[in-house]
Amino acid sequence: MYYLGLIWEYFTNYVKTRLTYRADFWVEVISDLLFQATNLIFIFVVFAHTETLGGFTEAEVVFVYGYFMVPYGLYSCFINLWNFGDRYIVKGEMDRILTRPAHSLFQIFLENLDPPSLIGSVIGIIIMIWSGGQLGLEMEWWYIPVLIIMTIGSTLIYAGIYIILTSVSFYSDSPTGIIPLMVNIQTYGRYPITIYNRAIQIILTWVLPFAFVGIYPAALFLQRQEMMAMAWLTPVMGIVFFTASLLLWNSGVKRYRGAGS
Amino acid sequence: MSSLYLDFIRIRFLTMLAYRVNYYSGILVYTLNIGVYYFTWQAIYGGKEQIAGFTAAQMTTYVAVSWMARAFYFNNLDREIATEIRDGTIAIQFIRPYNYLLVKMMQGFGEGIFRFTMFMIPGMIIAVLLFPVQLPTSPVSWIGFLVMLFFSFLINSQINILIGLMAFFIENNDGLMRMKRVVVDLFSGLLIPISFFPGWLTSIMNFLPFQAITYLPGSVFTGRVQGTGILEVLGIQVIWFLILLIPIYFTWRAARVRLFVQGG
Repeated sequence: MYYLGLIWEYFTNYVKTRLTYRADFWVEVISDLLFQATNLIFIFVVFAHTETLGGFTEAEVVFVYGYFMVPYGLYSCFINLWNFGDRYIVKGEMDRILTRPAHSLFQIFLENLDPPSLIGSVIGIIIMIWSGGQLGLEMEWWYIPVLIIMTIGSTLIYAGIYIILTSVSFYSDSPTGIIPLMVNIQTYGRYPITIYNRAIQIILTWVLPFAFVGIYPAALFLQRQEMMAMAWLTPVMGIVFFTASLLLWNSGVKRYRGAGS
Repeated sequence: MSSLYLDFIRIRFLTMLAYRVNYYSGILVYTLNIGVYYFTWQAIYGGKEQIAGFTAAQMTTYVAVSWMARAFYFNNLDREIATEIRDGTIAIQFIRPYNYLLVKMMQGFGEGIFRFTMFMIPGMIIAVLLFPVQLPTSPVSWIGFLVMLFFSFLINSQINILIGLMAFFIENNDGLMRMKRVVVDLFSGLLIPISFFPGWLTSIMNFLPFQAITYLPGSVFTGRVQGTGILEVLGIQVIWFLILLIPIYFTWRAARVRLFVQGG
């Protein structure tokens, strides 16, 4: 209850600051959508030159993309660690966080809340419905509960990966700069994973499991038998990665000594 | 006077050198990028000899050189400038006896030299070992490519400076910077070569500066443009370099009048 109250307080605060910089708000929404649009453009351009990609048709790849947008939107709304190293470690804001009773990670999430990202999730659902229609997918009763479970699993995986990468800031003194490098990698889980060679498949499945935020869970709705087992692993992987990231974070916080500024 | 600017190159190079360990992970990530795009394009070609003027072999080379060129020309000048504007330190920059934008360019170049020697060259060697990349055989292509690579850096930095200066006019230009990054990656031909786009889009892109960043040097490196053709594409880069000076000049002039430091 205490945490729910905090979410509400932070949200109203967010709205107040946002209303002072209205133009920025729209620039941000548009830049988000543009980012998604370029990925769709990539798919359309590629399929102008080929019929199928790894046995997937254009509508299927677009469907996978639509699925990806749903957990990605949720992730970007609630979990935003881009500036963690700069703002909380180098500038020492972590000191302020640690003096408060709520969990440090929870506070950082709330301070960087980004509700406009949820627009992306909505568009993702629209894309799924649209491309699903083109594929002639019948809406079945289990779609919605399974979509919710898979979305939660994918979001937890995403969160887990980025919390782990961010926690490195506690262990290494220098800014790592590895997170910006992930921007492109996170998109690779959306293509039929079988087109890659074994090494890249293993990386995208077990090391940086972005395939669980795209092709695997989406394959369930496309009724791809070959990826069924992997699809059901999504929530499991989500819990495993998220738990691991929390443990790493908590032990990292214990090592935190402040920048001395 | 010129030694002052040279010092900015040197200092930034040494600063970057202190953080060189970070770039080892960068090399791995870029190799992964090349690998993913290599296999994606292999699947797209599927046995076709040629698509949109690219053979499958040229595509492999193009993907490798485009990503490794990005490893060189990429910098965060836009973010640096925007931060200095927002936290007010730009005011001090104004009273110092140098041209702020030129200093930024020099710092970018110092970073560029670092990225070229510690990131692009080792990365390229790994890419050549892992993937069937065909290096150019004629020395003219090599020289042409290296000169064009330098202009890629100049044009990309000019765009970054322009976007960074926008912080004078909109207080928070994070969204704009992200938008720029996306647009540059797509429209420069890094993700898809320009000739793959539908005709109308290709003709629009031919009138934009972005193709000069990746697509044109990449065309020289893959051997799709040879001999005197190299001078032609280099000419396009030079023209864009000169054209981009104009909006930078006027933005900078307008910005100085507008400057107000928020607290600080």
